[in-house]
Amino acid sequence: MTGVIFDIKRYSIHDGPGIRTTIFLKGCPLSCWWCHNPESQSAFSEVIYRPDRCIGCGACEAVCPVGAIALTQRGYVADPDRCTGCGECARVCPAEAREMIGRVVNVEDILKEIEKDVLFFDESGGGVTFSGGEPLSQPGFLGEILKACRERDIHTVVDTCGFAPREAFEKIEPFVRLFLFDLKIMDPEIHRNFTSVSNELILSNLQWLSDQGAKVIIRIPVIPGVNDNEENMEATGKFLAGLPSRPEVNLLPYHASAREKYRRFGIPYRMADISPSSGERMKELSDRLAQFGLAVSTGG
Amino acid sequence: MNERIERLRKESFEAPVTLDHERAEIVTDFYIENFGKYSVPVTRALAFKALCEKKSIYIGKDELVVGERGPFPKSVSTYPELNCHSLEDLEILDTREKNPYRVFEKCKQVYRDKVIPYWRGRTMRDRIFADIGEEWKETYAAGYFTEFMEQRAPGHTTLDGKFYSKGMEDFKKDIAEAIASLDFRNDPEATRKREQLKAMDITCDAVIIFAERHAELARKMAAEESDPTRRKELERIASNCMNVPRHAPGDFWEALQMYWFMHLGTITELNGWDAMNPGHLDRYFDPFYQKELKAGTITPEWARELLSAFWIKFNNHPAPPKVGVTAAESGTYNDFTNINLGGLLKDGTDGVNDISYMMLEILDEIHLLQPQANIQLSRKNPDRFLKAALRVIRKGYGYPSVFNADTVIEQMIRAGKSVEDAREGGTSGCVETGAFGKEAYILTGYLNTPKIFELALNNGIDPVSGKRIGVETGDPAGFETFEDLYAAFEKQLHHIVEIKVRGNQFIERMYADYAPAVFLSVLTDDCIKNGKDYNDGGPRYNTNYIQCVGIGTMTDSLSALKKHVFEDKTFRMGDVLTNLGKNFEGSEAMRLTFANKTPRWGNDDDYADDIMKRVFNSLFNEIDDRPNTKGGRYHIDMLPTTCHIYFGSITGATPDGRLSGAPLSEGISPVQGADRNGPTAVIKSCGKMDQIRTGGTLLNMKFMPKVLQGEEGLDKLAKLVRTYFRYDAHHIQFNVVDIETLRDAQEHPENYRDLIVRVAGYSDYFCDIGLDLQEEIISRTAQEEV
Repeated sequence: MTGVIFDIKRYSIHDGPGIRTTIFLKGCPLSCWWCHNPESQSAFSEVIYRPDRCIGCGACEAVCPVGAIALTQRGYVADPDRCTGCGECARVCPAEAREMIGRVVNVEDILKEIEKDVLFFDESGGGVTFSGGEPLSQPGFLGEILKACRERDIHTVVDTCGFAPREAFEKIEPFVRLFLFDLKIMDPEIHRNFTSVSNELILSNLQWLSDQGAKVIIRIPVIPGVNDNEENMEATGKFLAGLPSRPEVNLLPYHASAREKYRRFGIPYRMADISPSSGERMKELSDRLAQFGLAVSTGG
Repeated sequence: MNERIERLRKESFEAPVTLDHERAEIVTDFYIENFGKYSVPVTRALAFKALCEKKSIYIGKDELVVGERGPFPKSVSTYPELNCHSLEDLEILDTREKNPYRVFEKCKQVYRDKVIPYWRGRTMRDRIFADIGEEWKETYAAGYFTEFMEQRAPGHTTLDGKFYSKGMEDFKKDIAEAIASLDFRNDPEATRKREQLKAMDITCDAVIIFAERHAELARKMAAEESDPTRRKELERIASNCMNVPRHAPGDFWEALQMYWFMHLGTITELNGWDAMNPGHLDRYFDPFYQKELKAGTITPEWARELLSAFWIKFNNHPAPPKVGVTAAESGTYNDFTNINLGGLLKDGTDGVNDISYMMLEILDEIHLLQPQANIQLSRKNPDRFLKAALRVIRKGYGYPSVFNADTVIEQMIRAGKSVEDAREGGTSGCVETGAFGKEAYILTGYLNTPKIFELALNNGIDPVSGKRIGVETGDPAGFETFEDLYAAFEKQLHHIVEIKVRGNQFIERMYADYAPAVFLSVLTDDCIKNGKDYNDGGPRYNTNYIQCVGIGTMTDSLSALKKHVFEDKTFRMGDVLTNLGKNFEGSEAMRLTFANKTPRWGNDDDYADDIMKRVFNSLFNEIDDRPNTKGGRYHIDMLPTTCHIYFGSITGATPDGRLSGAPLSEGISPVQGADRNGPTAVIKSCGKMDQIRTGGTLLNMKFMPKVLQGEEGLDKLAKLVRTYFRYDAHHIQFNVVDIETLRDAQEHPENYRDLIVRVAGYSDYFCDIGLDLQEEIISRTAQEEV
């Protein structure tokens, strides 16, 4: 079985307990305005080009099987209509000016990669985290790896936006030790406005996970002017306090760190005017949620 | 830090570094009058005694532990009997921009009128260079290896705990017994031994005299002192200096003073490398501390003040300056005193105690250039100890470094030491393993591995000097397989190591015969029992190390040729050689293919890591277990200190894409920027080296302060270290980088590819993120560091 991933990060220390390896799966059903990994949204592999690294050797032009690459004022540019995303150009580029975002891998390869750091997991109480993109957008592939990890006694975390068919959650839930579950906005319409989908499915999945007794940590990206208002905090607090497991909450302050990525990929960045919340503000929000009897932490 | 310690620290920090001519003058006067009257060891011992009797005695205001090698703090002695500075050298030292040594007119005058006229042609250095031979000199000059004993005496030596329960009177008794039991009828060496033992006895008297002169001065100062508290302190200092080192120390304060006199004695006698290392000070001092705590004669605050005052004394002793061309190099004031903390006790139990923690706090608080400290971390030591060390590391000083006590012990057992001696040992200098107080473990020089490989690529010719340095191994353009190439490298390696070791053996005998370390021999088991000098095989163990440099550069170069020339046949060897010769000018695509499209060491990739293992084994097989002249064996170390810079400067372009003159990889760290899979991958790659078979390896890792922030960052770093040590690793140290480094990383990203920064909810490679984000992080860091 194969899947599409766009990155593997070892010594990942902010995505669950201990030292972890995070696998980033490609493809996401949401398109949040503040997305930190815009290159992860599409489900397919793509090649990006960095003219600042290009030495102009022309190896890419020579190797392209469909003749999509030509020398222009901006370097060796690929015609998007002809490019098939095969990645041959990235393979031969000596200067790493062409880079493949996303690659097709099989379960065995991923397992081999994960198992490389098993002593670090053992020593630190860490394991593997699946993030994205949205890992549940490839439920079959994800399920198989998770199952294999559990067979090898590797601790598993899934970092999800919650927007996936219930069957997908049912399939993976037995093999997941911890869910990092994103909860963005409680109002369905505002949610749709900023993420392109309504949150009903997300909330129902969260309710279901909680009912199953799954271990869940809620992660709320605090986006100033979008979800840091009293109404949303109150609705969030009430909803979470009503869940049987009363999950722990982690507030993540928004950072403008993805701006440069948007520029690189030529995607318009809709958050340009927003500045991050102050530490004080984060503390206020954290205190507000704590009033609902929830354990809240900030940062990450 | 209380007011006294703050002031002592400031004084030491701000004192200018000057050159002391007193030692040179006393030694020269002694030799002019006495040379030829006595045997060599007795001459050396009497010269040492003359120093102890005549040198100026200094006791600083408010000092609690007393004694200086020079006439005052940071006045650095010279050793003209080993190598004699010329007037030109003195001029350079006085005026150079970085790390100057102020040379007073009086010093120049003494050198001009007395020291230089007597010693020219008589120094160890002059005599060694006169006889070592042209082949050695050419190879040395071309930069294939360095030679430690060319400027300084054999060293890297560490003292153990014996003199905390034994005074000089006790050592004199041991010496007398050894003399009494000499067998003149059957042992042809008996006469030699008697001379050596007589000399040792003289040095014991000498340090007693030296201490008592301090007592005399302290008494005099006390009599003139108006402040009653200080008067009492001076009286106590006087009584300390009467008791130690004549007798074993009776309490905590005396124990500190005892060590300090031993330190001064050994560094006054000769300028051995790495000054003198005190060993496991925490385990030596803690029993005195606990006893006094129980008796109510000491408080933790007072103990800390004494210990801090003691600590600062090390900083008063910058490294002795070099002579000749190297005097123009900037060098460092650091003389590499490296205190060991933690580890295992002789009986194999946890060695961490109250003083271990106190010393880590003092290291943090005082943070001067010297002394530096390391922790010896055993699996039996608690995580609290590791985290206490990491809290200091996180400040970004680069110390303490972290050693794997269990591996260090296993290395020594492999090299034939008893398990008890191994546990009482540790590491000194940079990372060198040794049995403290029982071993002469001599670093003999660095080996420029990539330059030796360069010989294989040039059929034995050094492309920089154009001279034939190596053997003829054929034109590599004609090599059909990678094996042909590798065999050529091994032949060149054998040739160069032969030259190096022949030189070593000669120099070793010169020191054994003409520059014995008599006082150090008193303090090192079993020199008294054997009636033999430290420099002549007297110690229980006698090890020579050759330190191999550039294994990262070497591995990646071989990997590049294996893949692109022999396997994929992307390039022809002839073209590669031409482009290396032209420093890749006009062949950037080839250079980048080598750099970016090659499996490189440090990424947990077996393709490259297997090549590393092979190179490591070649070095090991070539060097390890060769006999030295003292009954001991050669072993390898994998450390560069700063030699990878020098070696790089005289090595041409290499097939890993490195340009001519650029630094080589350092220690066992991957080539700068070649590791791209994060710290666990680096650790995995380094863990594939069988470090048990070395006498030390060095791994540097860079982190941004933010990655290590909070208790969680600390916990995870602690686990990273523990996991590395599960791979039997020897050492790791952390560079927690500052803004200047980040600026440099922006200008030279190729050197910082492995630099990890905390971005937002995740960490990333600094060089992989955009300029504006880099700027954002830099400004964020600036705020953090205010």
